[in-house]
Amino acid sequence: MTSPPPSELQERSSKYWRRNIRLLLGLLVVWATVSFGCGILLHHFLDNYTLPGSEYPLGFWFAQQGSILVFIVIVFYYAHAMSKLDREFDLEEE
Amino acid sequence: MDVQGWSILLIALSFALYIGVAIASRAGSTKEFYIAGGGVHPVVNGMATAADWMSAASFISMAGAISFMGYDGSVYLMGWTGGYVLLALLLAPYLRKFGKFTIPDFVGDRYESSAARIVAIICAIFVSFTYVSGQMQGVGIVLSRFLEVDTTTGVIIGMGIVFFYAVLGGMKGITYTQVAQYCVLIFAYMVPAIFLALHMVDTPIPQLGLGGTLENGTPLLANLNNLHQDLGFASYTSGSRATIDVFFITAALMMGTAGLPHVIVRFYTVPKVKDARRSVGWALVFIAILYTTAPAIAAFARTNLLQTVSGQAYDDMPEWFSKWETTGLLAHNDLNGDGLIQYTGPNSDVPNELTVHKDIMVLANPEIAGLPNWVIALVAAGGLAAALSTAAGLLLVVSSAVSHDLLKRCLKPDISERDELRAARISAGFAVCLAGWFGVHPPGFVAEVVAFAFGLAASSFFPVLVMGIFSKRMNRLGAISGMIAGISFTAGYILWFKFISPESSTPENWWFGISPEGIGTFGMLLNFLVAGAIHRFAPPPSNETQRMVEAIRAPGSATE
Repeated sequence: MTSPPPSELQERSSKYWRRNIRLLLGLLVVWATVSFGCGILLHHFLDNYTLPGSEYPLGFWFAQQGSILVFIVIVFYYAHAMSKLDREFDLEEE
Repeated sequence: MDVQGWSILLIALSFALYIGVAIASRAGSTKEFYIAGGGVHPVVNGMATAADWMSAASFISMAGAISFMGYDGSVYLMGWTGGYVLLALLLAPYLRKFGKFTIPDFVGDRYESSAARIVAIICAIFVSFTYVSGQMQGVGIVLSRFLEVDTTTGVIIGMGIVFFYAVLGGMKGITYTQVAQYCVLIFAYMVPAIFLALHMVDTPIPQLGLGGTLENGTPLLANLNNLHQDLGFASYTSGSRATIDVFFITAALMMGTAGLPHVIVRFYTVPKVKDARRSVGWALVFIAILYTTAPAIAAFARTNLLQTVSGQAYDDMPEWFSKWETTGLLAHNDLNGDGLIQYTGPNSDVPNELTVHKDIMVLANPEIAGLPNWVIALVAAGGLAAALSTAAGLLLVVSSAVSHDLLKRCLKPDISERDELRAARISAGFAVCLAGWFGVHPPGFVAEVVAFAFGLAASSFFPVLVMGIFSKRMNRLGAISGMIAGISFTAGYILWFKFISPESSTPENWWFGISPEGIGTFGMLLNFLVAGAIHRFAPPPSNETQRMVEAIRAPGSATE
């Protein structure tokens, strides 16, 4: 097997890196929205509502339980999306 | 069987389990001693990370703290879990790809500087010792309360156990004992919580019980808010801290969590980059089981306490009341001499007569709720599991900082594998003894010092690691000046308000209303700003280092 010329590989890696940055910035926005946004800055406003189907004040729920559940989803989504990206750019670990 | 009998039985069984696991997983090489050979399954590593992370504070104190702080306690819940998002997205996969043993390894190699390496070593040791003295103290308290031995004996028993498996097994022994400890601690946490949830809101899932409805038809949280208003406490679901302070504390705990060396180093132990990403997710799942239960326990315990105690006659108090009074964690001072217990908040005209220590809420909860003796004893075994697992992880960071970073990488690079392993064992042994000494003679400021550990991790490690990965241009000068600026600002602010002038530590005197607990966020920003400005005055790092940064960014080898 011949290894590809360095310039092609470099271009591929930097494209991969840009896609990774875009993905993780997007996910960090979600991370900040549920915790700092819904759980802290908007907490009093959201407390006027309850989580549908329960008696939780919504802002309080985000602060004490909801944000944690979203964090889990973020981490697994990132792991999943990155595995796909690794494959797409042929940069998987052997 | 009585509580003490059950406690002895369950604690002895759990210790026998840890020792058995430790003997089965002894370390034979430095790679096994520092990173468990690097072949740990991501789910197993996730479970070990959860036990590593959840300390005596998470197990014993956190639910109690939330119980008294209400909404304000959310800073711990979001802060100590949100850090894992940062870890998964910004640090763990890249450090795994870097593939050495410790944090100072990365800092020293990336910034081509032994000065940076030494600053990292000192921070790692300081942060870890700060933390470990609290764990040993926790071990002493639990053993003395449940086995009725004195605290010193309790600490020595705990030291003996940790010594055995940390010195013998290194990271390999620690990993598999932590898995066993996670199982013990989560079982011990959930059983009383399930009993309580059934008892209070008639659901077997405590996490959902927080949003449940009491027998009389009022929602749990609404009822708690009413009780709080009647007794003159701040509303349970609104809290009383300033929003900006809640914001900064949460951020500092998040960045601090992502920068704590004993957590980061766990992700060196999985086989691949892909596994590191997934493993953080699993760690968070295992942590979340406890962290979403804690606020429910907090609300149950608060309701129970207010309904059982407030306005009742002192002479009618159940047996647990007097038992906890003797420990000094609970005290009633009948100011108006009416024989009733007035438990009131700062907004009430009636003076408060009851002081309750937050640790009671978890430790005495099963007794308050009238649960069977074996459940009460289970809490003791769980508290010990939480404290011992965290202590072991921290001690390993100290030992590898000494034997690997200081001895092998700085002082004596030609040391043989066998000698390094021996040095690692000796320094782990010393670290255990020193931690035990701190456990018996706790510096009276353990609680204050925890703010330090997170503040320093947030203002030093976190920015330096993130810049090292995400900026190819960042160099030695930028990183060192950033670290110095971040650490000295944060340490100065905390020292001033916690030690030099504690009487002036009020929201009016804090900068922008940010408490010392939250100042690490500011220190972190300062670190980034200073590093970003100063690094332009020096040339970029060598080609070799830039290639290393490129290599850690992609899981496969991109620079061949």
